Amino acid sequence: MTTEPELLPLGIDGILVRFARILTEDANAKALRFRDQVQSAGLPGVTEVASSLTSVRIGFDPTETDRQTVTEAIHPLINNVDASESDAKRLWRIPACFSPNHAPQLGEAAALAGVSPDQAVAQITRQTTRVIAIGFAPGQPYLGMLPDHWDIPRQSQLTESLPRGALITAVRQLIIWAADAPTGWRHIGQTAFRVYRPETSTPFAFEPGDAVQFEAVSAADFAAIQADPDGGARCEVLRCCQR
Amino acid sequence: MRGFALLPTLTIHGAGPGLTVQDLGRPGWKAQGLSSGGAVDRLALFEAAALLGTSPGQAVIEMMGFGGTFHANADTRIALTGAEMQADIDGTPIAPNRTHLLTAGAMLNIGSARAGLFGYLAFAGGIMTAQIMDSRATHLTAGIGKRLEAGEALPFGADPDRSRQAMRIAPEPRFTGGAIRIMRGPQADFFTTETLHSFTQTQFSRSPRGNRQGIKLDYDGNGFPADGGRNIVSDLIVPGDIQMAGDGVPYILLAECQTIGGYPRIGSVIPADLPKIAQAAPGTPLQFGFLTIAEADATALSDQVLLSQLTKMCQTIVRDPNDIADLLGYQLISGATRGDDLERS
Repeated sequence: MTTEPELLPLGIDGILVRFARILTEDANAKALRFRDQVQSAGLPGVTEVASSLTSVRIGFDPTETDRQTVTEAIHPLINNVDASESDAKRLWRIPACFSPNHAPQLGEAAALAGVSPDQAVAQITRQTTRVIAIGFAPGQPYLGMLPDHWDIPRQSQLTESLPRGALITAVRQLIIWAADAPTGWRHIGQTAFRVYRPETSTPFAFEPGDAVQFEAVSAADFAAIQADPDGGARCEVLRCCQR
Repeated sequence: MRGFALLPTLTIHGAGPGLTVQDLGRPGWKAQGLSSGGAVDRLALFEAAALLGTSPGQAVIEMMGFGGTFHANADTRIALTGAEMQADIDGTPIAPNRTHLLTAGAMLNIGSARAGLFGYLAFAGGIMTAQIMDSRATHLTAGIGKRLEAGEALPFGADPDRSRQAMRIAPEPRFTGGAIRIMRGPQADFFTTETLHSFTQTQFSRSPRGNRQGIKLDYDGNGFPADGGRNIVSDLIVPGDIQMAGDGVPYILLAECQTIGGYPRIGSVIPADLPKIAQAAPGTPLQFGFLTIAEADATALSDQVLLSQLTKMCQTIVRDPNDIADLLGYQLISGATRGDDLERS
């Protein structure tokens, strides 16, 4: 289903460009690509370009520019957004442990997806996911999209708390958990990766659009990488920033 | 950070439960999931800066509902802005929205808010705690900084102009709620015309539930659910957004809100009226009216213009002898003293 992008006000200093009212891979790819394009365009008075699942907010300083000027400047970009060009700038390879004590709900989630736990791990580690949005907690990535049979619902009983770095799943997405809050997503693995490090010069590991691949490691190997500040993760730059 | 050791310090002897260091926050990280945070009533920081002749970006102590007891180890000018809190220095009451000299060792007591909710204690040299991501603002939900507690000592900047004329300002009234201007947001269309209309016709009051992330609104009658159910895609949030949780119960999101959320939002309180929301104590009546987008946009005010407007509103304090409680303590005529010099020395 293709819909026309909508341009809408979001605050006196912002315009939201919404590519769809439901989450589709196409709409997300367009949002990520459009964010890149607006950032690269370096429009005068534009202060912040943020993307979510299917939309991008262009924040501007109303004392330097105005809604109409920004709207006119972004209009041609909206019509030229090419979702197929949204190659990832970076690829993260992140070790994850799927042994039972680190993945208490793997069996349950696999059953809901109609696969065995081993198949589930194989599918999750074979696929390269993308950071489709960051939020709920600082730096916390929403990774997608898994194949259709992973469209499993959130559980009605919330899990009160999860260890930092927990790999959780629902609705064809994965999250590396960073919040101190209950969740209805199922805990299917564990990373030693910190997505948010406020005290460092790089407080947020991910940018929207980053590619992420998980690598299964044994419980013994997992114990070893827990001492590593990056939890054994490696980041490869695939293409340079455009600016 | 060697310079730290040289800075004067403020010691906290007692602290209410809602004390944090705040400044204008750290904008620019929405895409990474961090809301800008900062003072819930930004206007109060500009009023303090206008009074003290400083920058509104300096860090202050934000006090939700209740203050604390403090002493500084160096003389400094201070100002209390935002909520009107009962306060005294060594037992002598001090008024809000004026500059005061806090002398080294004097005890500053700040009690509960008599009007409004968020009070601000500003120092001429600013609170000088370490910066994280270019800001000193505590962001509790993001794990940056923490609530201030009794026994802590905070560095503050030396007063750059201690002999500057004492000032006062009549603050913009914002403690009694009333008519709040809002604008449509990207999801206003998700509500029926009837729901939008009924929202503007409802008399709300600020619920006791609220914090730096947002406040809940109480009302009689039906809720304000979005048309077509709850399954909307999570989307970007700005402070001031009015979201309908659960069965259409409104919450207004404030400085420390999340960056994306899945609850439908009927619109946004314009920034100029957010201080009224911040300062609405529980029970304060609130009513909402939509501006057109053009009308809302026209309310934008740059930080520089706001500061210069407030600076012009400041008046120097000319002391009237009738205002001086302890007239005989002043040496008006050489040789006349209070007569207790020996006891005081």
